[in-house]
Amino acid sequence: MDVRSQIAMVFHLDKCIGCHTCSIACKNIWTDRKGAEYMWWNNVETKPGTGYPTKWEDQNIYKGGWEKTDGTVRLKGAGKRRGLTNIFYNPNLPVIDDYYEPFTYKYLDLIESPELDDQPTARPVSLITGKPIDIKMGPNWDDDLSGTPDFARNDPNLEKISPEEQEVMFQLEKMAMFYLPRICNHCLNPACVASCPSGAIYKRGEDGIVLINQEVCRAWRMCVTACPYKKSYYNWYTGKSEKCILCYPRIEAGLAPACMHSCVGRIRYLGVLLYDAEKIASAVHGEDKDLINNQLDLILDPFDEKVIAAAKLNGIADSTLHAARFSPVYKFVKEWGLALPLHPEFRTLPMLFYVPPLLPVMASVKKVDNTAQADKMDPIAKKWDDKWLYDTSTEELWGTLDQIRFPLKYVASLFSAGDVELIKDKWKKLMAVRIHRRRVTVGDVSDEKADATLADAGLTAETADAIYNLTSLPKFEERFVIPAAHREQAIEMMDFTGDEKGATGFGIKNEVKRGI
Amino acid sequence: MSWIEDIISPKTRKWEEFYRNRFQHDRIVRSTHGVNCTGGCSWQIHVKEGIVVFETQQLDYPLLDSKLPPYEPRGCQRGISYSWYLYSPLRIKYPLIRGSLIDLYREEKEKAGGNPLKAWENLQNDKESRARYQNSRGKGGFRRASWDEALEIMAVANIYTAKKYGPDRVIGFSPIPAMSMISYASGARFLQLFGGVNLSFYDWYCDLPPAFPEIWGEQTDVCESADWYNAKFIADMGTNLNMTRTPDTHFFAESRHNGTKAVVFSPDFSQICKYADQWIPLHAGSDGAFWMAVSHIILKEYHYERQTPYFLDYVKRYTDSPMLVHLDKVDNEYVPGRMVRANELSQWKDIENGDWKFLSLDEDSGDFVVPKGTMGYRWDKDGGKWNMKYECGETDKSFDPVLTLLNKKDEELKVAFTEFGLAKKALRGVPVKWIDTVNGKMPVTTVYDLIMAQYGVGRGLGGDYPSDYTDPDSAYTPAWQEVFTGIDSKTLFQFAREWADTAIATEGKCMILVGAGVNHWYHQNLTYRAGAMALMLSGCVGKNGGGLNHYVGQEKLAPVDSWSSITFAKDWVPVSRLQQAPIWHYINTCQYRYDGHYSKYNTVKENKWTDKHVADTIFTSVRNGWMPFYPQFNENTLELCKQAIANGATDDEGIKQYVLEKLKSKELKYSVSDPEAEENFPRVWYIWRGNALLASMKGHEYALKHYLGTHNNLIATDAEEQPEEIKWHDVAPVGKLDLVVDLNFRMDSSALYSDIVLPAASWYEKADLNTTDLHSFIHPLGQAVAPVWESKTDWDIFKHLAKATSEMAKRYFPEVQKDIVATPLTHDTPDEITQPTIKDWYNGECEAVLGKSMHKLTVVERDYTQIYEKFITLGEGIRDKGLGAHGNHYECKEEFDEMCTSNHFHNRKYQGKILPSIQEDEWVINAILHLSTLTNGKLTEKAYKFMEQKTGLQLADLSEGSKDVKIRYADLLAQPRRYNTSPVWSGLMNDGRAYAAYTYNVERLVPWRTLTGRQHFYLDQELYIAYGEHLPTFKPAPNPEVYGDLRETWKKGKAMALNYITPHGKWHIHSTYMENLRMLTLSRGCEPCWLSEVDAETLGIKDNDWVEVHNDHGVYVTRACVSSRIPPGMCIVYHVPERTVGIPKSQLRGNKRGGGHNSVTRIHLKPNYLNGGYGQFSYHFNYWGPVAPQRDTHVIVKKMEKLVW
Repeated sequence: MDVRSQIAMVFHLDKCIGCHTCSIACKNIWTDRKGAEYMWWNNVETKPGTGYPTKWEDQNIYKGGWEKTDGTVRLKGAGKRRGLTNIFYNPNLPVIDDYYEPFTYKYLDLIESPELDDQPTARPVSLITGKPIDIKMGPNWDDDLSGTPDFARNDPNLEKISPEEQEVMFQLEKMAMFYLPRICNHCLNPACVASCPSGAIYKRGEDGIVLINQEVCRAWRMCVTACPYKKSYYNWYTGKSEKCILCYPRIEAGLAPACMHSCVGRIRYLGVLLYDAEKIASAVHGEDKDLINNQLDLILDPFDEKVIAAAKLNGIADSTLHAARFSPVYKFVKEWGLALPLHPEFRTLPMLFYVPPLLPVMASVKKVDNTAQADKMDPIAKKWDDKWLYDTSTEELWGTLDQIRFPLKYVASLFSAGDVELIKDKWKKLMAVRIHRRRVTVGDVSDEKADATLADAGLTAETADAIYNLTSLPKFEERFVIPAAHREQAIEMMDFTGDEKGATGFGIKNEVKRGI
Repeated sequence: MSWIEDIISPKTRKWEEFYRNRFQHDRIVRSTHGVNCTGGCSWQIHVKEGIVVFETQQLDYPLLDSKLPPYEPRGCQRGISYSWYLYSPLRIKYPLIRGSLIDLYREEKEKAGGNPLKAWENLQNDKESRARYQNSRGKGGFRRASWDEALEIMAVANIYTAKKYGPDRVIGFSPIPAMSMISYASGARFLQLFGGVNLSFYDWYCDLPPAFPEIWGEQTDVCESADWYNAKFIADMGTNLNMTRTPDTHFFAESRHNGTKAVVFSPDFSQICKYADQWIPLHAGSDGAFWMAVSHIILKEYHYERQTPYFLDYVKRYTDSPMLVHLDKVDNEYVPGRMVRANELSQWKDIENGDWKFLSLDEDSGDFVVPKGTMGYRWDKDGGKWNMKYECGETDKSFDPVLTLLNKKDEELKVAFTEFGLAKKALRGVPVKWIDTVNGKMPVTTVYDLIMAQYGVGRGLGGDYPSDYTDPDSAYTPAWQEVFTGIDSKTLFQFAREWADTAIATEGKCMILVGAGVNHWYHQNLTYRAGAMALMLSGCVGKNGGGLNHYVGQEKLAPVDSWSSITFAKDWVPVSRLQQAPIWHYINTCQYRYDGHYSKYNTVKENKWTDKHVADTIFTSVRNGWMPFYPQFNENTLELCKQAIANGATDDEGIKQYVLEKLKSKELKYSVSDPEAEENFPRVWYIWRGNALLASMKGHEYALKHYLGTHNNLIATDAEEQPEEIKWHDVAPVGKLDLVVDLNFRMDSSALYSDIVLPAASWYEKADLNTTDLHSFIHPLGQAVAPVWESKTDWDIFKHLAKATSEMAKRYFPEVQKDIVATPLTHDTPDEITQPTIKDWYNGECEAVLGKSMHKLTVVERDYTQIYEKFITLGEGIRDKGLGAHGNHYECKEEFDEMCTSNHFHNRKYQGKILPSIQEDEWVINAILHLSTLTNGKLTEKAYKFMEQKTGLQLADLSEGSKDVKIRYADLLAQPRRYNTSPVWSGLMNDGRAYAAYTYNVERLVPWRTLTGRQHFYLDQELYIAYGEHLPTFKPAPNPEVYGDLRETWKKGKAMALNYITPHGKWHIHSTYMENLRMLTLSRGCEPCWLSEVDAETLGIKDNDWVEVHNDHGVYVTRACVSSRIPPGMCIVYHVPERTVGIPKSQLRGNKRGGGHNSVTRIHLKPNYLNGGYGQFSYHFNYWGPVAPQRDTHVIVKKMEKLVW
């Protein structure tokens, strides 16, 4: 057992409101500068949709992540070896139009325009060329579209769904959408790290945060290709690649990352997971269908004395172990089995997990001819000349699994490498908690029914209450259990901490050149 | 896995400092965004190296009770992008003046030998020059100016206008004080000291839900968002919480995981639908029909067949349902009439306020009783009977009110009911008692029985009742609603029964969330009432987890008691000129000329009231004291007083009599009766904190034409039907306004079209206060950096303007003036019991009596040289008269005196006295906090004691927990504070309980401020009866042919009209943030027009094509966004786009710049809201009067082939 600790995350998609506050919190602090305009380390996508950069999930285009061929797992598009032979030409890079050409407006024209014979307006211009631009793409172009020929219907996840099923998804009475916020997954098996010819990318030992060393990066951009989530970006101004740093300067200060701090839907959770590094190799070599189980299997029980002893042996701090025992991520992922990684088939072992969304029940449409009735209406009245009636009624208080919007296959394509049963399992659990809480708070659900539903979902009333508590009532410190960074120890490896107290903040210390 | 390096050398990790340095900051200051978003969110503003670098949310809201999720974090995508604005190229850094104006003014001033007054006069009298600068409005050419010069022009325009036309031609518009109370107060205080006019906003924005005053006598009172969590069944009626209540939405999501069922009504798959258990895609604007049928089921199954005790007990005690109502014989048919008055019975014919006390029957004795708590008891000289105990006010005996006469009837009469959807009349049997009144024997029934009949629940009675649920032709069955909503009855059955069952199981925890999605329809009140009926019939109002919770604007100004006195300068001036904006703009922008007869688009019964133009009814409402209108008269109100004195008036009373006689003789005319005459124009307009010319200006292009006199894109022509009483001019005036001033931090559309733009400090640069109805904390705006460049806080700007105006007065207007101010009859005062029946003195129907049959007149002294001194000094009016709000009152002598002596406050010597100084914004804040029941526990107790006297109930215990509370601004900067439970508001919040409206009324039996003191099912006001809205009913949305948006447009070929829906958007709060680069980047670089796939295909439009959205009123040019989440037949333009950013020229309208979303709107007013002097139907600013809807608008969307910038 080789125990490591990792700061991991859960995003509860049922609660996500698609507001993008997270994206801006991140942008304001980290990417609001030249060369980084187009970067959104945190972005939120509407599903179905093609996302940012467009169709990033389609590895036939981008060649990201790992692939398993002939029993071995190797980088799909940008291995060190493969990369080096192509070092000056990486054919699998997204181009700026796959992201979007950043733009602004000639705002000053409004204030400085001379008197005209018509109103001035601020025209859009490219942030790259400064010239007028016809805006055709943005980092969130298909926001809230939920269905449109150019976007939602090109969602790569639809490939696994029959054309008939797809068509149904875009009819008003059956369509739906949900939001998918994305940051770097700080993977256990990060393709970006593996792909970097310069060795600039590393995973921090103390918390698992994956970073690109801005001094070492040589702009090969292999990481941009290798990351199947397209969460490594090239800064054209500094000539370095950059990515989400999980706000380590904040984490080190005991603050939640900015995107999580600002999550006004309260969907985000962060905490420590202990895992067994020895199992990583076998985990990523599993069959597609086993990937999730393999990943869960390497997560260790922070209450297990053996785990604790092994962790201590590896130098994991008591404070980290303490945090691990309060970790909301451990509960959602391992204890309750409610959260799943995004596209496990990319085999990077992402350490960000998602609780899948519930969706409203579908409607059925009854064809009617109400012309005769409509003709009776007051002549002033607006008439709707539709020929149908909507019915969204359900037999029970809440709809059943077969009535939810979206084919389960679609959700499975995102979160379980196509395993529909796993998605059903999560849905049942989420609904069982609601039914149980209905019994407790209203009492119009019988004990028999509530207990049977809990049993079917593999939950007890106690667990259901615990899930409810952490879903609905958590306070900030319950959602974010941040382990102490023990910076004093890290500093001590280079300097006397007491000296650093007086010297910190003076910047990267360049040696003064003394010449004779 | 060799690529994962276990040990990285510490040295190679030194670079990590790179990102650490970026995050390091120097200071965090608490502030919020004063932007009418209802957020009131607590933010950490990070300052680094002297500039604001970014913001993140604070996390320290005090916790409410432990069963509720916490409030943190609050703050959305818009708020977090604010810091972009601070140093953006849109920022107004210096005063700007329109070049053409400043040139002309300087020229005139030189010619006048440096005399500014003469210069302004000459400029205004030179028609060509005036038209020259008016025509250049909005077209660039700004010049940077000094503060001194800008202030001089404003001051001289003020003084010139007051001298020539009267001070009531100087107008101010600033919306939503709750978002930054001190900033609002600054301009309002200046204007009211000056004698100018403040325009209302809540009704103008169409955010005022008229159903609230109708039913509850309340402007709006709703639960805080934490209480959503207490609900067990939530019906979301078109309010898109994700968009509009972003920081609160989590309560909705979290409640569902606690076993709450959530149903969303929305024609499109709006963002909130993603959470819904059921999404009900009913036709846009048809919600009322659905709810009418829901109540039909509840009444039939749960009131009649099952007689659910909880429901029956509730309606009996808390609604008007046991009150007796006349059945009048009109045209040989019985129809519901007025409620029976106590003084109609001989034994009570002479009792005090007998017109305003109503009757019920006692179940046990069968005797008549006069229930306590009705409005008559509210204003009786001896208090103590204004409560909802089951006691007769005249005998003090207990009783049990009779709800229905079904088993007590003398007779069953057939009564006529009208259903407006299918335009059908039904004669339905109603149980009746014949009673002996002083006017003879008369048939009466109860409100409850009328409701049963109206909803078509037969109860074994005869007549045209529906045969059963499947009857499609009889109101209001489940089958009947299908043609209006497009929703199958099956869905309705499930909904109604789950609703009622949940209400029984939880005693009232069913909730409606509603907002602009419904309130902006022409018949918004009926839709709201339809929903409210389902709530009241199931006992869900005044309960935590229940209620009709309407969220549109940030209307809840929590410390309204002290704030309103200081804001409207009541410490110095006894009355204010507060104008109902919808009627004002309707008349002054000339929109009434284009409107025609409203009975063409509003289904009404035919009678003398409905056979009128709205403009005429407005005139009636003004002279009868129902509505205010400024300018008041066609003569200068200052000159009128001089005339009166010259004609022998020796005191204020004499002046009033003089003016009254002139009005009676019609020698003096109301400005509203001749709005196109030059002497009746509004002249000077101050705009601050709002985007008055575009974002809220429904009929924007009409304002460009008639207010500003600049180019416009309207092609509408005068309507065929003209008003009769209002004087018609064949040619409408163009360019009424002499001067438009805008205070702004950004160059928005209003700034672009103004003559003077002043740089205003924004939300991270000043001290202010903010409250919202979404939470119960009082929140500060704090100064993270000083006002940038040359900007100033609003308080400072108006202080400087007051000073400049006073200085100008010392030179050109030094004499003390008398001003005569007309004000309407107001709610929450004895004025509300002045007009039991409508009689028009103007037409000789009754005597003209000030404050009774007509408006009031008050003489006010104005010393224009002293405006500045009074602005910065708190006057003794507060000390002498005390404070209050919503009919409450408390004296505050001690607190006032404390401010004059304690070193916690600032004072100054004025007119020989030491008085509190409010010179600086922080000092005003502390004055408000110190004098409010919300933030000073001693005053809370006093206010409850006052209410104890008024009601005869024990209430002061509610203030026990807050006795020692004394909140100061510095406390708020440290942490937002929850304010006190106060009788100024109706929710009880003791011990961390979530605020829910009317819990005070339900639990403490304090009456609602309505006629009966109960919640109203029935509205017996004469106009309501005339328009057929006395009973809850359904009126269909008008079709595009009758609404008049496309008359001229269709002459060029009839194209497909789409319903034009403008809900709140994701990337802006109204227009603010819309042009913020962050928001434009995350959206599509513009505010597109959303179309369904079906309509887009029909129209040959592809996603991202340029389109022209147009009708008679104007054109908006944008790009199409095609989505399957939009149903056919409607399009969405999320409001509000600015016309300043990325708008090309319109090819349809002569290659002129396309406008904004309000370029295609024009307002239509509902005349029944014009009434007054009658209980809850009495005027109050932002509280009562017509609202300005725009949702019934239709447009044509056309692909634009040629793109011209």
